[in-house]
Amino acid sequence: MGLVMPNPGTIFWMLIIFGIVLFVLRKFAWKPILNALSEREESIATALNSAEAARKEVEGLKADNEKVIAEARREKDIILKEAREIKDKIVAEAKDKANLEGQKSIEQARQQIQAEKTAAISEIKKQVAELSVLIAEKVIKKELSNLGEQEKMVNGLIDDIKLN
Amino acid sequence: MLKLSKAIFLVSAITIIGFVPLSAQQSHEEEQGHETSSHLEKGFDAGKFVIEHVSDSYEWHIVTFGEKHISIPLPVILYSKSPELHEGKSFYVFMSSKFHHGHSAYKGFQISHSKEFEGKIVELDSQGHEIGKPIDISITKSITGVLVSVVILFWLLFSVAGAAKRNKGKAPSGLQNLLEPVILFIRDEIAIPTIGKKKSEKFIPFLLTVFFFILINNLMGLIPIPPFGANVTGNVAITMVLALFTFAITTLNGNKYYWKEIYNPDVPWWLKFPIPLMPIVELTGVITKPFVLMIRLFANMLAGHMIVTVFVSLIFIFASLFGTGVGLAASPISIAFSVFIILLDVLVSFIQAYVFTLLSALYFGMATAEHH
Repeated sequence: MGLVMPNPGTIFWMLIIFGIVLFVLRKFAWKPILNALSEREESIATALNSAEAARKEVEGLKADNEKVIAEARREKDIILKEAREIKDKIVAEAKDKANLEGQKSIEQARQQIQAEKTAAISEIKKQVAELSVLIAEKVIKKELSNLGEQEKMVNGLIDDIKLN
Repeated sequence: MLKLSKAIFLVSAITIIGFVPLSAQQSHEEEQGHETSSHLEKGFDAGKFVIEHVSDSYEWHIVTFGEKHISIPLPVILYSKSPELHEGKSFYVFMSSKFHHGHSAYKGFQISHSKEFEGKIVELDSQGHEIGKPIDISITKSITGVLVSVVILFWLLFSVAGAAKRNKGKAPSGLQNLLEPVILFIRDEIAIPTIGKKKSEKFIPFLLTVFFFILINNLMGLIPIPPFGANVTGNVAITMVLALFTFAITTLNGNKYYWKEIYNPDVPWWLKFPIPLMPIVELTGVITKPFVLMIRLFANMLAGHMIVTVFVSLIFIFASLFGTGVGLAASPISIAFSVFIILLDVLVSFIQAYVFTLLSALYFGMATAEHH
């Protein structure tokens, strides 16, 4: 029976000892240990959260960057297109202008040529007329050196007129 | 022959130092038995040997060489209701060495050898007859064992607490690494699932204290060198106090649902009236829960200590029955079994500490549950 009967003296001391142990450990051991544990858990949780937030932020930045790049690309395309258009326009305009200039100078040249030609022709006409007159004078002078001939010619002329 | 068996005895005792104190005690008992011729000359009382190993005592026996006993005397504190038998004083504090290992009386007190008070301090009347026990609050071997464990517990946990303060917000180091997983296990796997996150905060310090107290005491009980090796958690008074704490905390924290379940449970009315059958059953449950806690821990640890001692005493049983040679031959087997059982006891130490903590947490959880 000795083993299974609790000894009052042992119970007495054990109550005191365990009470003190419980009190002392609660105050001086468990409190700092559990506090440190929960603090560390909190700090780990915050660290993880902030890492997650940073990751999201970076992702956002990336998306923004992509948007900016796409925008820039689009703008570049637009600018290039515009530039091409402008170039085409300028080239076309230049071509037109050149054509016009060319036409103009050709026209001018033609007019000049025409004028020169007209002048030359009238000069030639004048010369021809003078020469003709001269020739005619000479011919007439030679022809009309005899009377028969003169008459013949006058008749001829009259015939011509009649025919007309 | 006797000399030779004593030689084997010493060799074995040194091999498994753990049993030196009580083996030595045994040989001392043997001497005594020899003196009073109540024992056979070579008789080995294994039962007595085992019981003495696991019992509490007033001194801490270390070793015996021949006739010389070496033991640590422990303080005896007594209060007698009949001071006229003890030189007029009623309150006594003296060292147990005054009893000379139980051989002599001191100021009217004596360690009893009678069947009724075996091993306890009794008062003697003027004729030297035992008349009963005084109020006895001696610091016995068990209490000393508890104190040693408490010193270790304090050292261990204060160094961890110091490390926790020092390493605030940093990675844990040293002992902290060893104990933190255990502390976290108790908090996250025992307390929170059974009690609930918010309410468990109040109970976690107690659960942790109980777990480490039981674990350290269990493990220290397995180390066979004084000042360890006292059968602390195998002492029913110790486990009773632990269970009483659980009982008190459960009762003090019981909410109205808890008490309603006890006095007016949701059962058909004829189970409550005219004979309050269910309330009686429930009230019995309130008592049996801590009672079972007490018995489970006590019986497990006591059994572990007893089995190891039985295996060791097998050597001497064989030696006394068949001669020294057989005893010698049996010793390796005995030692192997003892080692196996001690290793098993290490496992049991952890399991029992866990079970006590888990059940305490369950009872707290039941007492504080909001609804069913």
